[in-house]
Amino acid sequence: MAAYIVQRLLLMVLTLFGVSVAIFVLLRIVPGNIADILFDSAGLIDPADKAKIISDLGLDRSIPVQYVQWINGLFHGDLGYSYVSEKPVLEEIAPRIPITARLAGLALFFSVIVGVPLGVISAVRQNTWLDYVLRVVSLSGLSLPAFWLGLLILMAFVHWFGTIPIYDRVPDSIWQELELFAVPAAAVGFRSSALIMRLTRSSMLEVLRQDYVRTARSKGMSERSVTFDHALRNALLPVITTIGIETAILFGGLIVTETVFNIPGVARFLVEAIRWRDYPMVQNLVMFIAVVVVTVNLIVDLLYMLVDPRIRYSE
Amino acid sequence: MSSAGRLAVTCLFLSVLAGAAHAQKQGGVLRVTHRDNPPSASIHEEATISTIMPFMSVFNNLVIFDPDSQQNLLDRIVPELATKWAWSEDGRTLTFTLRDGVKWHDGKPFSSADVKCTWDMLTGKSEAKLRKNPRKPWYFNVREITTNGANEVAFHLADPEPSLLTMLAAGFSPVYPCHVSAAQMRTHPIGTGPFRFVELKQNESMRVVRNPDYWKPGKPYLDGIEFSIIPTRSTAILAFVAGKFDLTFTGELPPELVKDVQSQAPQAICVTQPTNTQGNLLINRDKPPFDDARIRKAMMLAIDRKAFSDIISRGIDKIGGAMMPPPEGQWGMSPEFLQTVAGYGADIEKNREQGRAIMRELGYGPDKPLAIKVSTRNIPDYRDPAVILIDHLKNVYIQGELEPIDTSVWYARMARKDYTVGMNVQGVGVDDPDVVLFETYSCGSERNYTGYCNADLEKLFHKQSMMTDYEQRRQIVWQIDKALQEDGARPVIYHGQAGTCWQPYVKGIRLAVNTIYNHWRFEDVWLDR
Repeated sequence: MAAYIVQRLLLMVLTLFGVSVAIFVLLRIVPGNIADILFDSAGLIDPADKAKIISDLGLDRSIPVQYVQWINGLFHGDLGYSYVSEKPVLEEIAPRIPITARLAGLALFFSVIVGVPLGVISAVRQNTWLDYVLRVVSLSGLSLPAFWLGLLILMAFVHWFGTIPIYDRVPDSIWQELELFAVPAAAVGFRSSALIMRLTRSSMLEVLRQDYVRTARSKGMSERSVTFDHALRNALLPVITTIGIETAILFGGLIVTETVFNIPGVARFLVEAIRWRDYPMVQNLVMFIAVVVVTVNLIVDLLYMLVDPRIRYSE
Repeated sequence: MSSAGRLAVTCLFLSVLAGAAHAQKQGGVLRVTHRDNPPSASIHEEATISTIMPFMSVFNNLVIFDPDSQQNLLDRIVPELATKWAWSEDGRTLTFTLRDGVKWHDGKPFSSADVKCTWDMLTGKSEAKLRKNPRKPWYFNVREITTNGANEVAFHLADPEPSLLTMLAAGFSPVYPCHVSAAQMRTHPIGTGPFRFVELKQNESMRVVRNPDYWKPGKPYLDGIEFSIIPTRSTAILAFVAGKFDLTFTGELPPELVKDVQSQAPQAICVTQPTNTQGNLLINRDKPPFDDARIRKAMMLAIDRKAFSDIISRGIDKIGGAMMPPPEGQWGMSPEFLQTVAGYGADIEKNREQGRAIMRELGYGPDKPLAIKVSTRNIPDYRDPAVILIDHLKNVYIQGELEPIDTSVWYARMARKDYTVGMNVQGVGVDDPDVVLFETYSCGSERNYTGYCNADLEKLFHKQSMMTDYEQRRQIVWQIDKALQEDGARPVIYHGQAGTCWQPYVKGIRLAVNTIYNHWRFEDVWLDR
């Protein structure tokens, strides 16, 4: 097991190296650079001033030199300065991570506590009216665009309650946090819960037809014990994988929700940083998201071992 | 009623009036929606309302357009950091007497040295440099700034230029402190204005608070102003309707959205008016076949300006030339005069027939159209008119293909003249010919994207700039504008209108009809709740 973990950690480092090179090069290939965009807001471009900005920001050095400088800074805890805000990158990113983490965490919590039980119910009550209703709801969760659903929720709140659940202040208590994040988390969690529900259902249906489940029933075990102790545990393997993937997607892919509900999180900030070609900001944010994704993948792999003792990760 | 009774009623009426005049309530925080992340907090480095609206209240100018006047005019300029000003007899020196006892937000005293520093930096004469200097063309005529003690400063000009005062009165012309670097002014500006800068959270919010040491006693009324950046227009409107915000970002609501706001929040006060933003056509006259004036003329004859207005704004956008059309604009061509300009005639079909005749003469026709790319910035405000333009150009055998250009490289492409035909939208800070003509059409100006250069017109630019008689100057400006439109310098297609809404308890908001940039000091705004 130790060898497996070491192997996985080495793979993590390799993946992160690949991501760092890819994002660094890709950013510099796309047309337009920060100097052009800075001048955009002034409505003109002065070639001499532009050259000075490029030199000041170190963009006139070769790409490999810039890359080595960035990685060297990373190892020394220096993420560089944002070209736009002219503040340290860490100072800009740090307050946004907890916001996105809370939103993603709450959305994931919502999708798991709704998706898994409903998936089990839908499988156990296969082809009943309840199953049909749940399948229709889950299908709509997968088909409704997040942007449209978000706006619809906002409009409904304004129309019926005369208020709007957007992020308009820094919460100072857990209740305020819940108040600010609950609706957007439910909106974004709706899609994830639908996915988890459908996957749990199909996985449960497959497991419920296995011989060992029939054996358990014939031994006189209660239906509850059969469902939860024998079937669900085995059906959870693909669900855990999906939850892992959803965690990664939620962390970096909340752009629509953060935009519609006006939440100043990582994803919205990343899109804006890309628009500005704020290289230090984009590089470090993407690296951060990559670290989250590979870490979650590692955790998922480790969870496999806990859930299914048949799986052995030895050489 | 006895005379004593009448006197008593009169006294009561007068006291009520006096009470009303002093009824402004102190306190409260004004919450404003903001459309996007401002590039920086330094007004001198930017040319966008995204910076002006939140940060104009941090500063003062030497002079300012009378906030009580709806129209920004030369004769409606009032003192701010200057208490008075005087022109020399030859019209080449403008001397300001400065206010005593004014302090910067960091406690340091304001003096004439700060004024000199600011304009030396803007004219490129000081060691301190701005990273970007978009208003440099405004001060082409300023030769030197001199001080005489702490309270007097003089602008020395190469030629007389009465309009200099209008530029100094614009929201784009605050006085900066000498002792604060240009870099700090981008992230944490220091001013003398009614509000002090607190923070600019990228992509999130901006906050200013009341300056308790403001030199105008009793002002401002508000404790502070908070701008929340809500890039999604629908969310911003819903939040305003739900009462989360007191004021919408200025000029951000197209007419149909104003209607929508008023139907959902009937109590809201909404004003739709000209923004002095114009859509114009860029033709690269250095690229064949557009170096031929006949093709440029044919293109202008193809444009149906009314159709643009009808489609883009349900017919409320105005038709005019380079200068904003009257009555809001002071220098725009009258509707009668406009009819004499080629391409502006009411009979569009006749214009287009003329255009087709020109194109046939040049060898083009329905079977042999001229294929071009119509470049534009890839955002709806630019893309929509570009699509209409392509449709209109078909009428004179020009087959356009839309080339949307990413915002990040739009100005870079324009500056390199890397386009053939383009659709552009441009805001005007001050409704004055010196600003528009020198910035947009003067030979060598950085914002002259088409590279237009006409020596004869350039002489007229300078001639009108020196004139003091309004009517005579206006006649010359009309002649210049007509020539610019007919020469295809940068044909203007429409002058935009947009709306701003606020809650009924917000008092003291006064918008100007000929600019969106100059009325955001917020010192007279108060909350009646």
